[in-house]
Amino acid sequence: MMLKTDVVVIGAGAVGSAVARELSKYNVDVIVVEKNEDVGGDASKSNSAIIHTGYDAAPGTLESQLVVAANPMYDDLVKDLDVPFSRIGAILPAITDEQFEKLPEIKAKAFKNHVYDVEYKSGKELLEMEPNLNPEVKGGLWIPRESIIDPFILVQALCENAHDNGVRFLLNTKVVDIKTEKGKIKSVVTTGEEIETTYVINCAGLYCDEIAEMVGKAEYKVVARKGQFFILDKNTSCQVEHIVLPIPTKVTKGKLMCPTIHGNMLVGPTAEDQDSKVDKSTSAEGLQSITNDVKNLVPGVNVRDTITQYSGLRPNRNPEGLNFDMWDDLEGYVNLSGVRSTGLTLSVSMGKYVVEQLLNHGAGFKLKDNFIKKRRGIVKFSECTIEEQDALIRENPLYGNVICRCETITEAEILDAIHRPLGARSVDAVKRRVRAGMGRCQGGFCGPKVIEILARELGVSPTEINKNNDGSYMVTGSTR
Amino acid sequence: MNKVLCDVAIIGGGPAGLAAAVAAKEEGAKKVLILERDNALGGILQQCIHPGFGLTRFGEELTGPEYYGRFVEKAKKSGVEYMLNSMVLQVNHEASEVICASSEYGLTAVKAGSIVLAMGCRERTRAGIMVPGTRPAGLYTAGSAQRLINRQNIMVGKKVVILGSGDIGMIMARRMTLEGAKVVMVVELMDYLAGLTRNRVQCLDDFGIPLKLAHTITRIEGNERVTGVWVAPVDEKKQPLSDKAEFVECDTVLFSVGLLPENELTRKAGIKINPVTNGPEVNQYMQTSAPSVFACGNVVHVNDLVDNVSEESATAGKYAAQYAMGKLQGEQKTVNCVTGRNVRYLCPHKVDANQKNGKVTLYFRVLHPEEGVRLVAKCGGDIIASHKEFRVNPGEMNHITIETDKITSDSVTVEVEKAGE
Repeated sequence: MMLKTDVVVIGAGAVGSAVARELSKYNVDVIVVEKNEDVGGDASKSNSAIIHTGYDAAPGTLESQLVVAANPMYDDLVKDLDVPFSRIGAILPAITDEQFEKLPEIKAKAFKNHVYDVEYKSGKELLEMEPNLNPEVKGGLWIPRESIIDPFILVQALCENAHDNGVRFLLNTKVVDIKTEKGKIKSVVTTGEEIETTYVINCAGLYCDEIAEMVGKAEYKVVARKGQFFILDKNTSCQVEHIVLPIPTKVTKGKLMCPTIHGNMLVGPTAEDQDSKVDKSTSAEGLQSITNDVKNLVPGVNVRDTITQYSGLRPNRNPEGLNFDMWDDLEGYVNLSGVRSTGLTLSVSMGKYVVEQLLNHGAGFKLKDNFIKKRRGIVKFSECTIEEQDALIRENPLYGNVICRCETITEAEILDAIHRPLGARSVDAVKRRVRAGMGRCQGGFCGPKVIEILARELGVSPTEINKNNDGSYMVTGSTR
Repeated sequence: MNKVLCDVAIIGGGPAGLAAAVAAKEEGAKKVLILERDNALGGILQQCIHPGFGLTRFGEELTGPEYYGRFVEKAKKSGVEYMLNSMVLQVNHEASEVICASSEYGLTAVKAGSIVLAMGCRERTRAGIMVPGTRPAGLYTAGSAQRLINRQNIMVGKKVVILGSGDIGMIMARRMTLEGAKVVMVVELMDYLAGLTRNRVQCLDDFGIPLKLAHTITRIEGNERVTGVWVAPVDEKKQPLSDKAEFVECDTVLFSVGLLPENELTRKAGIKINPVTNGPEVNQYMQTSAPSVFACGNVVHVNDLVDNVSEESATAGKYAAQYAMGKLQGEQKTVNCVTGRNVRYLCPHKVDANQKNGKVTLYFRVLHPEEGVRLVAKCGGDIIASHKEFRVNPGEMNHITIETDKITSDSVTVEVEKAGE
């Protein structure tokens, strides 16, 4: 059977999801094809979870325009989509004289990017704002709109809202070919069904070069740039209240320390180019280099308080730079490449940009009058007042059944995560939606219960419950 | 909100909570209420279906369920009340109140004369020891695997490497083998066993499972499910010799790398925590820095024998009952317990020297193994207690009993001396 649609979006990472949601405002049929078992992408779910201002982008580039434009959009977006977000601001401390001398240049660049709220602060002011900073700080820059977000919820929310507005999602489905005819897109061949379509938007991130190759537009290569991170316990002795960024060098933007939106501390990332697009391992050397570098900024940081380490792969483009491409000789094909560390931020402006470009190129999409703007998030029992908790349990007793002890996540929340649109099918998908297993015991306590709940709710055997993608089975069978 | 009044509220219905409850009743407390988050009493012992419990206390070898079964029976007989499926969300010691959530009872505020913390401990994870590599399925703490196997009848894997020679790790090596899995090896960072010697004999040697001392896992491989681990010897500084690393194929890794007292509630309540034990600081009454709050069992310090937990918890229950009945109100003269040579920590951390004819057992762990030693408690230069031990090691808890009447200064120091010194 052949599916039919107007637009196929390849990839349900931040950019693909934002593009799909933007398209769902129009009377156009959209299918998102995602190779993973869950929405959320690859790079979009393992990054520093920062919404940037674009102060340090290369002025005049598309990346600069889109990041700078995206930042202010988040105030309304996170309200509409119920996404945890906080404008905590970033500090860029100069520890050495050499770094101090670089500050004017960095500030000038911010201004060129139209980020005019960057301010100089003295060392004393910075230490008042952030007492755990290196006491040798000479001064630095304050970038008030640098913000933190829950990156998982952002992408889920974009997808759920797109889904509510009619977008179809094909998960666990990989694109294997794109057929064209007479310089036009004809169909997308997948590991599932083939999809006849007018448009294809390549938001495949790490794999966007492989998709481009299918239509003969492989003018670049994606090089995976690994970033390793530590997440520290919420109780770690040395904490920061702002994003603390190092002064960038020519080689790297460097390793930062910041709170996550849920109150952990995050340190990292490394920047290691590698051939593999799947190797997301951490290494002793990488973790050591994070420790060493972050200690320059925040000497008291205690990485022994780590509760998890992970790495993400940024889809770095060679040649570098964020690119939006359409070709006259390939009607209906849009290629996005070079979406890197600013990708999470610029996903929402990219969504608008892509649709605008399509409209400019003759796509006759019309705005719907029944677009549902808001998405309902999952109630967070742990963040409710005692009175609210009492009311929740009265209404639904499963709110009284705490499954995850570290993050105080209840069975009702887990059931919501499973049964909502594009609901969780795996242990990690539950974790990303409600944080069960995200705390200091990393699922030691709730893991077995989550497997049981998933199996029960999905009506399958526990052996069919995966950690995430196919092959990541959690258990092997029953006991003797 | 549901409101409940009681004399002694006990958080946790595992071995510690049960023993405290029984003792509180015996001491004369009228209403003793256990708040348990699980669907049954017994705590972690529910999944400890192996024997080895009760040798000290009952003089016979019991399984976990048999051991706690005796306490549950006693508790029920003496009229201890309990709420199951009830997770305590906060302890408010100033109001002497505990808030808990439960599907059955709703949100409940329990007002108590005294509170006993008996939340037990949790397992240190892979992240806690920073093992690099990928993050596939098939990585379990030994206790989670034990729960899946023994309580949910679900098998977790077929070819297993176990990191850490703690008791749970060794017991799980045997359990996995009995369930048909191949346990390739148990890997231990230290050059000595972390758990009890008897477990090495009964769980590893008897099943021909190799124990690699002074080795560690340097890297985990596999993207979806574990495909194997790299195991390397370590030098004297515990640094892995990566060039000597060997790849070991497996589909499952169990981590038995230490237990940590579970003190989320304690911390939130502002009760003083000892940085070495990660548990609340207590005196010989098992009383914490909040006078109405007592603590016992693994929430205070991680024990190797449940028999000790029961004894210590009975103390907590007894004095919690006294406190609730207004009998433990006398002025205390607090003396600090100080760690001397080869002593990692002491518990209790403080002693009330005003207790008349008091006998206080100080439990402790050593820093490193030693043979032919004398355990000594000193006060103001005088030896107030001492006895010989053939061998001490960090995996097995030691103790020394002192008499409060002999305390003459503001501290008691315990140390391990070379015998004959």
